[in-house]
Amino acid sequence: MKVEKEMHLVEDLHQPQEKPTRDGYGDGLLFLCETNPNVVVLDADLAKSTRTVWVRDKYPERFIDMGISEQDMLGTAGGLSLGGKIPFVSTYGVFVAGRAWDQIRTTVCYGGLNVKIGGAHGGISVGPDGATHQSLEEIPLMRVLPGMTVIAPTDCHETKKATLWAAEYTGPVYLRFGREAVPIITTEKTPFTVGKAETYRQGDDCAIVACGTLVWLALLASDELEKEGIQCRVINNHTIKPIDKKTLAKAARECGCMVTAEEHSIFGGLGGAVAEVICQEHPVPLRIIGIEDRFGESGEPWELMEEFGMSKDNIKKKVKEVLKMKKK
Amino acid sequence: MAKKPLPKAELDKICKQLRRDIMTMLVKAGSGHAGGSLGSVEIIATLYWNIMNFDPANPRWDERDYFILSKGHVCPAQYAVLGNLGFFPKDELWTLRKLGSILQGHPHWLKTPGLEASTGSLGQGLSIANGIAMALKRDGKPNRVFCLMGDGEQDEGQIWEAGMTAAHYKLDNVCGIVDRNYLQIDGNTEDVMGLDTLSDKWRAFNWNVIECDGHDVDALTDAYNQAIATKGKPTIIIARTTKGKGVSFIENQVDWHGKAPNQEQYEKAMAELAD
Repeated sequence: MKVEKEMHLVEDLHQPQEKPTRDGYGDGLLFLCETNPNVVVLDADLAKSTRTVWVRDKYPERFIDMGISEQDMLGTAGGLSLGGKIPFVSTYGVFVAGRAWDQIRTTVCYGGLNVKIGGAHGGISVGPDGATHQSLEEIPLMRVLPGMTVIAPTDCHETKKATLWAAEYTGPVYLRFGREAVPIITTEKTPFTVGKAETYRQGDDCAIVACGTLVWLALLASDELEKEGIQCRVINNHTIKPIDKKTLAKAARECGCMVTAEEHSIFGGLGGAVAEVICQEHPVPLRIIGIEDRFGESGEPWELMEEFGMSKDNIKKKVKEVLKMKKK
Repeated sequence: MAKKPLPKAELDKICKQLRRDIMTMLVKAGSGHAGGSLGSVEIIATLYWNIMNFDPANPRWDERDYFILSKGHVCPAQYAVLGNLGFFPKDELWTLRKLGSILQGHPHWLKTPGLEASTGSLGQGLSIANGIAMALKRDGKPNRVFCLMGDGEQDEGQIWEAGMTAAHYKLDNVCGIVDRNYLQIDGNTEDVMGLDTLSDKWRAFNWNVIECDGHDVDALTDAYNQAIATKGKPTIIIARTTKGKGVSFIENQVDWHGKAPNQEQYEKAMAELAD
């Protein structure tokens, strides 16, 4: 597959190995507990799911179980940060970005506190647990808050890198990761800089801007579109806030149309953030791929991905739609 | 290190000054919360003058004790205390709620020297206090954390989550205070959302519970010292107060929750609060 060499992606992007992004969070936390004496890890009775159980087992003195009380967990983390600690709070995206939103807003963000939020189970691929546990709304809820950094990594390596970065950075950070095993497309050597979107594939017909697993699907779609003579640029936009205006405006200018793809609602997520940039910097035709205006439902992860439009074929379809608009 | 408490008459006199400052702040601001600010004066003043360690010249002093005002709307009372103690020039008090002021309508620690957190959305302060207390214990530090809550604020579920956390983790360096004046915006607390018996609730949550007169500085000093002496569990002080204490026409009047005096009311109040 045609990709940028200096991105050091895995060789076989058609048959990549798979691992859940949450494993990258757990690995990152283990490394931090080993290397940073100020890191503490809080969970709200979901330690196995969020992988903080790895910390509980290996570094029990660093682990604080808060029970099923997300609002209290955020406030307690705020207090721990005021006491000089670097708290990582962990639970499902729905229960943290939704249920504890006011605590994140007022205690953490208004207070400018150094709290890191690990939002697990983002997206429809959560699967059989259904709509109550599939978080499709965290991105706008978090990015609207002044001072918040929002990162949605593409695979477990990138999640680990983002987790390590969060501990070095001073200020609130939201990390969005998922439940299901998803393709590992990056390597240790793949560049990752918070706030910088990486161009994994060059092309000037249409830009596909994606985050999470949709980056992989965008690469697959581009590979097939190439056979039809359509050259797509694929951008991994892992940092949704602060967003990389420069790379996005350049892509709009050079490609003349754009498709965004994310495992999240079409309202206010990556697509909304990109639209805000493009409309103001260099307006071009745009299509947003995400979950339409509906809740999720139970099903097998990849079955749901297909059903809700998170597929290579849907990306191809939208690219063709937007290309037509561009030609008009 | 224990502080030498002020004689009651002296601290009472300071409290009267603080009440005058609160009324002046509010009349100049043209808005603010008179009732709760007047009612919590002794609770806060006793902590600062008789109990807590701090350094106004160095608000982030490593050995300070922490005070979290969870019922953030009564910040004029804490601002008056901080202004009189020299955390900032006292004249700043008269800028309350004005554009560019260091004194926001609700506490914002990034703007006001001496504050420890940003509060105002009710129910969040006790969790913050617990987190600070956990960090202190992890570092083996003796500093203490005090957190003032409203009684109406006890309606918030997060308070009880935090109540479980402090007891579970045996945070005996935490002392909560409930300003028990039986009034919240919509009326009497027992009519709006019954709380009694509040002390039994906290006892059931495995806290050490002390009840006292929230306007008697000696009783408050004793209560705080008992809290400090209590090991293995956090302490809550249910301080019985009169909302609006010290100004006859504000006392126990629910309509004075979020109101500032006009000039005439201000002059009347200042006459009542004269030394």
